[in-house]
Amino acid sequence: MVNKVYNNRAWLLVLPMLVLVAFSAIIPLMTVVNYSVQDVFDANTRFFTGAEWFERTLNNAGLQAALLRQFAFSFTVLAIQVPLGIGIALLMPKRGWQASAVLILITLPLLIPWNVVGSIWQIFTRGDIGLMGAGLRGLGYGYNITRNPVDAWATIILMDVWHWTPLIALLCYSGLRSIPEAYYQAARIDRASKWAVFRYIQLPKLTNVLVIGVLLRFMHSFMIYAEPFVLTGGGPGSSTTFLSQSLTTMAIGQQDLGPSAAFSLIYFLIILLVCWVFYTAIMNMQKDKAERGGV
Amino acid sequence: MAWMVWTLPTAVFFSTIAAILAGMAAWEVISPTVERKGFLPIATTRGDRLFIGLLSAAYIHLIVVGFTDITIWVALAISVVWLLILLRWG
Repeated sequence: MVNKVYNNRAWLLVLPMLVLVAFSAIIPLMTVVNYSVQDVFDANTRFFTGAEWFERTLNNAGLQAALLRQFAFSFTVLAIQVPLGIGIALLMPKRGWQASAVLILITLPLLIPWNVVGSIWQIFTRGDIGLMGAGLRGLGYGYNITRNPVDAWATIILMDVWHWTPLIALLCYSGLRSIPEAYYQAARIDRASKWAVFRYIQLPKLTNVLVIGVLLRFMHSFMIYAEPFVLTGGGPGSSTTFLSQSLTTMAIGQQDLGPSAAFSLIYFLIILLVCWVFYTAIMNMQKDKAERGGV
Repeated sequence: MAWMVWTLPTAVFFSTIAAILAGMAAWEVISPTVERKGFLPIATTRGDRLFIGLLSAAYIHLIVVGFTDITIWVALAISVVWLLILLRWG
């Protein structure tokens, strides 16, 4: 190993980025905090309300239900996408033109913009002309995402799995490709079973990319907006109204800037906490492994 | 800065955070932190403990404001004490 020079002044190189982030994130966030403790009517008319908006938001039954739905949604898609993505990555061809072809095919859904995904599925699931909607009805199931909450839920989860499993699969594929052949040779000498190879070689080597994958997918799915908005509009009733859609209704639809600022901050705190817990848990798992002399 | 609709409490809040960050930076220069294990289940540096303290302070405030009738100053007092405990023994 080359000896690295340790010099804290290198941090100064981060300064330009810090200035950019200040303008794009920190100052707007501070403004949101300011809004959350006031009732702002226009540039000159505003009243200090203290913690009232937070109290109301936390006790709003509709928002509490949206939060629970949001967690249910995020954990469902993670529980499906992570194993499925690993499985797809394991099955993908390793070299030759097949590898490139499969990579392109797998990546296709990722290239489609959110609104377009929503529109595609909106048409795909229509009972009269949609392949899936009309097909299911033809088979005798009264499929209807505008009436039946279970259908709407299943469709949104299916849509998210279709759109985002490729991300996990791609990350895992790159992780698998970076495992040196020597590990597999050693496994063959030991006559390790396929499962043992997966459990003790591939899965540990995938931890890093899985951390990134799980974090990205959790944040994405927790902030999902355009796809369900286009597909179901949050309905039937409010059965697929997730947090960002509730927030948009408050902030844009009703112009309740104070309450929506308070809501945004609570939303932000939840995401911050969950991401920190994920990150810390997985980083500590790795540290334990390193201390035991493992990977 | 008028468009940011500042109020005195939020100005005090952000100044305090900025002061804490500056203080921590100065402290780090004078005596760099050593990662150690306290009563928290993970080994932490000083900055980690500050982050945990601030994040839990936010949740303490939310719980007190949202689900009890206790005044917010109690939440603030609890948070400060909790932050100090974390920094010392966490």
